[in-house]
Amino acid sequence: MAVLQINHLRKSFGSNLVLDDISMSVEKGEVVGILGPSGSGKSTLLRCATMLETMDSGDLIYSGEYVCKNDGNGKTVYADKAQLKKIRSMFGLVFQNFNLFPHYSVLKNIIDAPISVQKRSKEEAVEEARQLLKKMGLADKEDYYPYQLSGGQQQRVSIARALALNPQMLFFDEPTSALDPELTGDILKVIRDLAAEHMTMAIVTHEIDFARNVADKIIFMADGLIVEEGTPDRVIDNPRNERTRSFLAKMER
Amino acid sequence: MSIGTMLLQLGEGMLTTFSIFALTLIFSLPLGLAVAFGRMSKYKVVQAIMKVYISIMRGTPLMLQLLVVYFGPYYAFGMALSSEYRFIAVIIGFALNYAAYFAEIYRAGIESMPVGQYEAAHVLGYTRSQTFCKIILPQVIKRILPPVTNEVITLVKDTSLAFVIAVSEMFTVAKAIAAAERNILVLGIAGLFYYIFNFIVAFAMERIEKRLNYYR
Repeated sequence: MAVLQINHLRKSFGSNLVLDDISMSVEKGEVVGILGPSGSGKSTLLRCATMLETMDSGDLIYSGEYVCKNDGNGKTVYADKAQLKKIRSMFGLVFQNFNLFPHYSVLKNIIDAPISVQKRSKEEAVEEARQLLKKMGLADKEDYYPYQLSGGQQQRVSIARALALNPQMLFFDEPTSALDPELTGDILKVIRDLAAEHMTMAIVTHEIDFARNVADKIIFMADGLIVEEGTPDRVIDNPRNERTRSFLAKMER
Repeated sequence: MSIGTMLLQLGEGMLTTFSIFALTLIFSLPLGLAVAFGRMSKYKVVQAIMKVYISIMRGTPLMLQLLVVYFGPYYAFGMALSSEYRFIAVIIGFALNYAAYFAEIYRAGIESMPVGQYEAAHVLGYTRSQTFCKIILPQVIKRILPPVTNEVITLVKDTSLAFVIAVSEMFTVAKAIAAAERNILVLGIAGLFYYIFNFIVAFAMERIEKRLNYYR
């Protein structure tokens, strides 16, 4: 069963159709790279999947549990609050600009949601947070505040914060776009390590080489449509669609 | 009148001034938050009511508002006015007025929070009230401290307006003594009192600001 299944997703902002009949799935342990020019709808797709935006129509299903599904009239109906809360704990999201809580220390950023949302014990949460920080190479930073860290370090804290809730799947929304070029490597390495551990992930990115490297499947989007979909070898190295080709040509220059 | 009696009378006035100050803050700070929520409500009617309320409170003199609160019950309902009601009316008038100003400060603070903070909390599964109490409010407090300090300092000086319904706070007393004794010195003492009071307020607020400086 797919960890994430999206069927016939449509989303408009006013009269502007941003996502047009998007269907996709992410299998357990799969890493999906989502590429495409700006304005192609990839961020909106991620925001619909993570329930930051509501879908106009279509189904959203996590491991067989419905977030929303189409009623007979092409309108989508969302599940009740308890169901949504349950599903929200099944995925994590890493933002482009981290969105750490500036008034919390690094450790508190990571342990607060496990404690106050999942009601886990403080000892357990702290222990797990320390392991995560170690994994992120930030073992000595737990008492720091976000403003004292570099962008790359902040992004690693935000990855640890997402992982602390033990999600089945992680979303990344252009995780390196707000970073200085020399810091992107750190983040890409962390994601590569997660991929090696078979973490299920969907990554919106502009880093073509990285996507080729880490993804099992590439989705190429343009104008709110999935234009091409397949292995990196298929989509990045042998694109069939003209839009894909011209985008990749521009990115390589 | 001896200096001793004079100071004793002034002292009583100071106590009243301080009571007005403290009680106004105790009531208007939380009331302001409620008004701010109403002002930002998704219900247009609530929004409109709060907008009118704030507009009246800011658009008319506090002195007039105190008169309305004090004499209103008599003119509207023929209620007899006890002398204890004077002080109560002062607190009601001040609290209603300051709540309107605080509400706008809160609103500015809340609306200045980046949407990413809400989104991060949402994805992490925080409830709406957890998000507000744990993530938003602490950051808002840090942001709004300077304008709140301004209001609090203004409040110290505004307490003298209670004279309009004959509540003998410190300045009322000082003026009476100055007139009776033909001695302007007592007004100087009154001025010094306000200055020291506000000096302490500013000092305390600065300490709080410093304490919140552990993050940016």
